[in-house]
Amino acid sequence: MPNLLAKRRLVRWSGAAGASLATLTVLAGNVLAATAEHAPEAAHGGEHAAGGLPQLNPATFPTQIFWLALTFITLYYLLSKKALPRVAEVLEERQERISRDLSKAASLKEEAEGAMAQVDQSLAGARSEAQALIAQVAAEIDANNHARQAQLNAENAERLRSAEANIAAAKEQAIANVRSISADIARDVAGRLAGLNVDAAQADAAVAAVIEERRS
Amino acid sequence: MDPLHQFQINPILQIVIAGYDVSFTNSAFFMVVAVALIYALLVFGMSGRALVPGRLQSLAEIFYEFVANMVRDNAGHDARPYFPFVFAIFMFVLFGNLVGMIPFTFTFTSHIIVTFTLAATVFVFVTVLALMKHGLHFFSFFMPHGAPVMLAPILIPIEVISYLMRPVSLSIRLFANMMAGHTMLKVFAGFTVMMISGLGAVGFLAGLVPLAINIALTGFEFLVAFLQAYVFSILTCLYIRDALELH
Repeated sequence: MPNLLAKRRLVRWSGAAGASLATLTVLAGNVLAATAEHAPEAAHGGEHAAGGLPQLNPATFPTQIFWLALTFITLYYLLSKKALPRVAEVLEERQERISRDLSKAASLKEEAEGAMAQVDQSLAGARSEAQALIAQVAAEIDANNHARQAQLNAENAERLRSAEANIAAAKEQAIANVRSISADIARDVAGRLAGLNVDAAQADAAVAAVIEERRS
Repeated sequence: MDPLHQFQINPILQIVIAGYDVSFTNSAFFMVVAVALIYALLVFGMSGRALVPGRLQSLAEIFYEFVANMVRDNAGHDARPYFPFVFAIFMFVLFGNLVGMIPFTFTFTSHIIVTFTLAATVFVFVTVLALMKHGLHFFSFFMPHGAPVMLAPILIPIEVISYLMRPVSLSIRLFANMMAGHTMLKVFAGFTVMMISGLGAVGFLAGLVPLAINIALTGFEFLVAFLQAYVFSILTCLYIRDALELH
């Protein structure tokens, strides 16, 4: 809408300018033609004897003003009515096209950024999933190890205990053996040296007392 | 050999309307040529309406955007409706100057009456514009804002005179630049010709000096051709801003 308004004003002003130019030309032509009759040689006669500057020859003024007005008004008319609106149109079209392309590019960029964010998000999701999986597996392995360790420890303790029991039993056996042999030897020694006939139970009790005494 | 001969107005077709001699002259012919070139550049250049412009279209668009930026930066956003006017002024002066750089052509902007008529058009245009926009308040333009009232008898005449001098300075700047440049080119070219005809073989060597100067001057003249068109239209923009804002 503002464009249309500007165009209407433009047309109005082109008319006004043309009219003022025409008026001025007629006026100036009259004035100059009038002065042309007195002015010419009076002012510059002395210096330019042979006709002087062609520019200062008033006889040529009317034709120059006439053709200047004619060509300039024609030019103004052609430019304001035909040539310039066409240029403006092409420039506007290009501006429109450029801004359209720019906005399209902006929306595409936004879209790409959205896709990028999505990719980032899924990547982060995958990463955290992998992390969780790793943690789970590690925990599993850890638990397994612990269980194995505990089982081994228990087995070892069991073996130790049975071995200790075996040793204790063997020791008891050995002590018992030593006692009976010692009682036999003591009975034999007492019979041979003192001719005492010590019975087996007595000898055994004496040996047991000695063993008890040494042990404590 | 007369360096001013190039400024001579030569009628091609005698026309007299209401007692005035309005013959179609060499000057008029190159005005028509300039208009035709400008229109052709814009119409043929833009005929492709390509999204990615070619050479000619780029040139047309560069001119358009150059002047559009000039108007926006120097005359303000309110000056948009007057863009075609400034564009027409700029292109007309620029092509008048540039066409004049081609040998054997005529530079219509080297005539004071042409530049003065253009400048007066600008002057009347901005004055009418200011009067239409601000009415009688326009005359406050001649009393600078905030200046002591006591100074008014001095300031107002100065401001009025400087306002009235605008078309004079605007037209003389362009006319004098174009005339002086083209005269210099002709004078230095004349030196070379005189040396050759006067000194013979030595003249060919000595003539190279003014020739070299002429080559440099030609480049300089292209700069002046563009610069003066730019100055003329940028001042037009500033006058339009004054008319719109009455600072």
